[in-house]
Amino acid sequence: MTNFFLLLTLMAYFGATGLWLAYFLVQRESYYRAGGWVMAGGLALHSLALIQRVWSLGHLPAASVGEALLLFGWVLVAAFLLLIWRYPIKVLGALVAPLAALMVSGALLLPREHGTISPLLKSFWLTIHICLTLMGYAALALACLGGILYLIQERQIKGKRFGFFYRRLPSLSVLDTLNYWCLTIGFPLLTAGIICGSLYAQHTLGNFWNWDPKEILTIIAWLIYAVLLHERLAAGWRGRRAALLAICGFLVLIFTFVGANLWFAGYHNFARFIQQP
Amino acid sequence: MNLLLCGVNHKTAPVALREKLVCLIPDAGVAYEHFQAWPEIAESLLYNTCNRVELMCVTETPEEAAALVRKFFGRHPEIAPADLETSFYVHRGQEAVQHFFRVAASLDSMVVGEPQILGQMKAAYRQATEYRSTGPILNRLVHKAFSVAKRVRCETGIGDHAVSVSYAAVTMAKKIFGDLAGKNVLLLGAGEMAELALEHLKGQGVARITVANRTLSRGVQLARRFGGEAVSLEETQDQLLTADILISSTGAGDILITRDQVKGVMRRRKQRPLFLIDIAVPRDLDPGINDLDNVYLYNIDDLKEVVELNWERRKHEAGKAERLVAAETLKFLHWLETLEVYPTIIALKDKAEAICQAELKKTLGQLGPLTIEQRQALEVLTASVTQKLLHDPIIFLKRNRRPKNPHQELDLVRRLFNLDPDRNQEPSEED
Repeated sequence: MTNFFLLLTLMAYFGATGLWLAYFLVQRESYYRAGGWVMAGGLALHSLALIQRVWSLGHLPAASVGEALLLFGWVLVAAFLLLIWRYPIKVLGALVAPLAALMVSGALLLPREHGTISPLLKSFWLTIHICLTLMGYAALALACLGGILYLIQERQIKGKRFGFFYRRLPSLSVLDTLNYWCLTIGFPLLTAGIICGSLYAQHTLGNFWNWDPKEILTIIAWLIYAVLLHERLAAGWRGRRAALLAICGFLVLIFTFVGANLWFAGYHNFARFIQQP
Repeated sequence: MNLLLCGVNHKTAPVALREKLVCLIPDAGVAYEHFQAWPEIAESLLYNTCNRVELMCVTETPEEAAALVRKFFGRHPEIAPADLETSFYVHRGQEAVQHFFRVAASLDSMVVGEPQILGQMKAAYRQATEYRSTGPILNRLVHKAFSVAKRVRCETGIGDHAVSVSYAAVTMAKKIFGDLAGKNVLLLGAGEMAELALEHLKGQGVARITVANRTLSRGVQLARRFGGEAVSLEETQDQLLTADILISSTGAGDILITRDQVKGVMRRRKQRPLFLIDIAVPRDLDPGINDLDNVYLYNIDDLKEVVELNWERRKHEAGKAERLVAAETLKFLHWLETLEVYPTIIALKDKAEAICQAELKKTLGQLGPLTIEQRQALEVLTASVTQKLLHDPIIFLKRNRRPKNPHQELDLVRRLFNLDPDRNQEPSEED
């Protein structure tokens, strides 16, 4: 049943991808609006799938890469729809929708592991830790995508190329404001997520900080964002540098999410979450 | 009824002649009085835009009307008949309608797609209605023209792309700042192009305009015109701290602002973006400035390039607009044709009614006293006989028309029923 909902979700996300790409190409307003509705429909189905899975598992599904992707995709789409509702950067959809579609595909294709999950991972605190972190990720992901658009548009304006991208992309100031807002929302969420996790680690493992590879990488990303936010507020950094740092920071985050699970062993590794029966 | 459009425009007449002709128009009252006094002209609309003076009229006798209008145009003491010889043009029927639509849609302008023209035509039409010089045909034509213009604007991208250097600068600024409201503008030197750009920027709601000029008095004058303030050129460096958009057009021989200057300023302005437009030749601003972060430098050639690109796009869109105009022209002409049959239908009905009344009178005199019912029965009888008899010819007029030669059938019906008894009945106009 969950997979049935997920397949529908996937179709909706791919549909929205098509519509928003079409909007990007021909700039017809109706395509953009249709894309928004399809995406919202997709999110509703996605929510149903998640609710169903939480119901059957009895805890938040975040114990494998696939499950985490599913959750992350949901938060990203929700954050994006919230964003374009208040602050319409219409062409951003052409990047977010395919990303969401990829995440759901990943969730569907990656093998689902069966087994029991340690009671430690079913705690309420851990759920909070995951939710906060993923919400932070989503905001920072949007900052990264906005940064990519900024770099493209800046290149057009600096290089005096007034073609395809120049006409379709929003103004630099709009993209830079997006960077600022995503950062001011995403960074505190990420920080709170880290603190939450570290308190729980103290409670269960006896240590606030365990120098686990994922923790180290996360702190690197956190530092990048901290520098960016500080410089933005203090020295007025903006524009290209801000966009570049937002992209770098998110690349590190992606690496912690995927890479850390593949190449490093640690207690954050997804492989350790599920004990084979 | 014939539509006739005559006048002069930028393609046929030099600006001097157009200016003289425009002098005839402020006295629109006089002009319309003239037109209304001439029986040749049934309806008239006189309008001028920056590039034309034209009269659109409805007439039965186009030749005579055209000659009269031409005489009217030649009334200005300084206009020699020879001037009008080459520049005066006359369009009739389809051509006139198409020309009128093209003017309204700004396809016939010097700057294709410029938006002011529709406003000028609306004002002219308002004036014409005040003098009651328009009638059913022109009223419909004008409203159609406005709707065509609106459709051209909405359905084609003809007005989307900036085609003047000053306006291109404004669209660039919008791509950098998004919204220009609340931005500060600094003008170095004064020049025509800079003034035009200022006008556009003012229209976008910029907060403050500062003018720095070598001669302060000229700067003060310009600043006053735009509600800004004037400073001396030496204060440029300080002004750079608060400005967001700088337009430079001094006649200075060498570089006025260097890369290092701007670099220092950027740190102090906390990297707020700065848009520099250098329209001076030779250049006032160091080209290296463009390499700095959050600083965007455009010179006159860059802007010209934008404009040229946009011209191409506009031309492409104009092609679409022409097709739209052509289709609407045909539609209007079709309406006009159906309008043409109405006088004939009315004449037909009048004639039948007159015969009925005459015959009734005769018969009633012969029959002697009748009751009211009997009398009414007779009236109904004659009325329904003529009605049924005329039904088919009227349908024939309204429906079975030959598009190639609409007048032929109309003429046939008029002759068949002898609706123009004064006219020569010999078949002379056969074709």
